[in-house]
Amino acid sequence: MARILAPGTTAPDFTLPVTPDQSLSLRDLRGQPVVLACYPADWSPVCGDQMALYNEILPEFQKYKAEVLGISVDGPWCHAAFARDRHLHFPLLSDFEPKGAVAKEYGAYRDKEGVCERALFVIDEKGVIFWSYLSPVAVNPGAEGILEALENLEKKGQSHGQLESSRRAS
Amino acid sequence: MASLRVPVGPADHALGDEHAPVTLVEYGDYECPHCGHAHPIVKAVRKHFGKQLRFVYRHFPLTQIHPLAEPAAEAAEFARVNEHFWEMHDGIFENQDRLSVPLLAELAEELGLSDLGAALDSHEFAPVVKAQFLGGVRSGVNGTPTFFINGYRYDGMNEFEDLVEAIDTALAERQRERKRAG
Repeated sequence: MARILAPGTTAPDFTLPVTPDQSLSLRDLRGQPVVLACYPADWSPVCGDQMALYNEILPEFQKYKAEVLGISVDGPWCHAAFARDRHLHFPLLSDFEPKGAVAKEYGAYRDKEGVCERALFVIDEKGVIFWSYLSPVAVNPGAEGILEALENLEKKGQSHGQLESSRRAS
Repeated sequence: MASLRVPVGPADHALGDEHAPVTLVEYGDYECPHCGHAHPIVKAVRKHFGKQLRFVYRHFPLTQIHPLAEPAAEAAEFARVNEHFWEMHDGIFENQDRLSVPLLAELAEELGLSDLGAALDSHEFAPVVKAQFLGGVRSGVNGTPTFFINGYRYDGMNEFEDLVEAIDTALAERQRERKRAG
């Protein structure tokens, strides 16, 4: 199994297509938490598909002001069709050309199959990886790890804020 | 290992003895074909284990891909208030191939319940469904159906033999615990 980037590492920046004619850069999302969900392929056959699940839980992620990004090696046209079919309301990035380049930087690429690992990253508002998790590729990791990480990230931010305000007060 | 964050309690829909050594919890979606497939299997598993198994059903509607999952879950909750949850639950799964809002009304009428329409329009039972869904999310439900056996997520196949084997393992574990304790 790959070694995915660990907490404390600066998340490598990237610019990838989100639609056939638009792209998105990680740095554009500075100032808010980002959930980066790498997954092997669109069109997974189960109802409990990982992206469908995140789509359903989107309001929970939004409570933490987190932006969710899916990423796989599928092309933007494929993503567009998949997102339309499953009514997905968050961006899917195409790590298509050069294939898997971003996933490789995150240590989340499976050379043998030529697809992304099932890996999750929660990136803080400064662009540093706060939490990461590598799931066995056949197991949908669900969302509870992400939500817990976002909760801890928020608590950390609050205690930091309290520290700063108590400093200011003294 | 993912585990149940919301313990089974009086608010749950449960079938079987509350002191049964094994509790099987299902998070399901009434429009999900895999849940429809699992429905008769769960019945067979319950029959196989008899008093040794308690079964609990919780809602996990994936509303973006299954637009009828939410009204169906709300209809089951509506029937619950009138103590007909399981009849509604069975009726929905057994007629899943023609699931629709009129079907839900038809099922309600067969149970002698006439005001389902108003309950669905006002989303009276949406908060109950939502609470079950969120509890599932926090417990690691990763799709439908997701089963928990004595509190731990079951990641095997949703077929009769596989479920029986996993429940047998949980039963043996419980028996060992009881021996140690007593």
